[in-house]
Amino acid sequence: MKSSRKVEPLSGNYAVAYAVKSIDVDVISAYPITPQTTIVEKLAEFVANGELDAEYLHVESEHSAMSAAIGAAASGARVFTATSSQGLALMYETLFIASGMRLPIVMALVARALSAPINIWNDHSDLMASQDTGWVQLVSTNNQEAYDLTIMAYKLSEHSEVSLPTMVALDGYIQSHTIEPVQLEDEELVRKFVPKRKKEYVLDPEKPISMGNLGDPDWYYEFKVQQVEAMERAKRVFREINSEFKSLFNRSYEPFEVVYGDDADTILVVMGAHTGTFIKATKTARSEGIKVGIGILRMLRPFPDEVVKHLSQYDYVGVADKSIYFGSPSSSFLTSDITTALHLEGSNTRVATYIYGIGGRVLRLEDALFIIKNLWRISKRLEEYSKKPVFVGVRY
Amino acid sequence: MSKGGVRDLVPGAIITNPPTSLRNKTGSWRVMRPVIDQNNCIRCRICWVYCPDGAILEIDQPYEVKGRKYNISYIVNYDYCKGCGICAAECPVKAIKMVPEVERI
Repeated sequence: MKSSRKVEPLSGNYAVAYAVKSIDVDVISAYPITPQTTIVEKLAEFVANGELDAEYLHVESEHSAMSAAIGAAASGARVFTATSSQGLALMYETLFIASGMRLPIVMALVARALSAPINIWNDHSDLMASQDTGWVQLVSTNNQEAYDLTIMAYKLSEHSEVSLPTMVALDGYIQSHTIEPVQLEDEELVRKFVPKRKKEYVLDPEKPISMGNLGDPDWYYEFKVQQVEAMERAKRVFREINSEFKSLFNRSYEPFEVVYGDDADTILVVMGAHTGTFIKATKTARSEGIKVGIGILRMLRPFPDEVVKHLSQYDYVGVADKSIYFGSPSSSFLTSDITTALHLEGSNTRVATYIYGIGGRVLRLEDALFIIKNLWRISKRLEEYSKKPVFVGVRY
Repeated sequence: MSKGGVRDLVPGAIITNPPTSLRNKTGSWRVMRPVIDQNNCIRCRICWVYCPDGAILEIDQPYEVKGRKYNISYIVNYDYCKGCGICAAECPVKAIKMVPEVERI
């Protein structure tokens, strides 16, 4: 049979839709929201053309989209949904139900700022606000990664030792509506990589079980600790899936990867589509002898152990965060996590916070250069460290 | 019976051997108990339909009253009746009375 492997120019949203088609989902529950809409539009086209044999559910809200996904997953179906910003916020209560019921739902999150003021552009406020929902969170940096991580997400979610829902994030517009060459893999091979297995417990009238039960104070706690342990196992399972993915498709994704780190004086941790901008900036800065490594965080939940291993060797590191954690010690979700992780390992490394890209504010190359130079100067004691975040590009 | 813990409970709080809810005798929640007056009951089945807990039972017990013969009777399953009073409120002939479980002190 002819291989369907080919390179296509695709937006991030279409790349996700192709990944969902290639893994042969059974149920898609869809509610449109900018900038996610073209994912479910493309999937509707696949279903209408007979290219994908799936039940396509038009629901009346994101709360219903996730509820339908939960019901379908409970019956053993492989399901997909996608959302952004307010849509994710409306799903909030059902996100906990999906993870608490241990359903392997995969959802694309096209990251967008939260209202108010209403804003349809990209930042990470929706992604960060859902990090405590018990979902695995993978964050892509380009469209190829969005395609690849979506495929890997199903294998991770459906793994018997994990059995948790997974969110695959891509940045609104910067990825969702920007066309890049994407290597589409042969669908037969993808399906071999993520085979449909009979799940142990599904809703089946022939073999009745009950799901979504009451967990009173005598029972609830144990199920929550099981979730904690499943999250912990997801770190190892992801590494295994990553090496299998590499052997089949020759691409791999570390949960935390450092580039230009070998001779660097410090590391800047970044996440999402601006990674390329920061890498370009750090390359540029090298001509001036400014050596800053870029630490790419691809797995937000569970938080990878490798982060501390890489960062604890420096006195100062930096975090570039595209969201604001209001009222927290650093105003940054990422700084909170990274500082906690460092401190728990006994490290005295201090974290400088740079907030950028809020509500889609453009991060110019000069802005990225400013961050890298400022961090480097702090690491060299040429600039005083401050625990307060720098709000890059804001007008005072 | 061991309750099971993190190591052996089925993840996701799935109950694989239903109907375990029968073990939970919710009748202990009751403050008022419905009492059906069989002489006034017209066997209309409304209480059976309205009971949110399925605690009204339709049984094959013939009954003869005021010259009318019935093949069935309704009784309350006090193991699960929570005493909500919906049956008494819905009964069209006021044949169900709510009686306090304990005397007021």
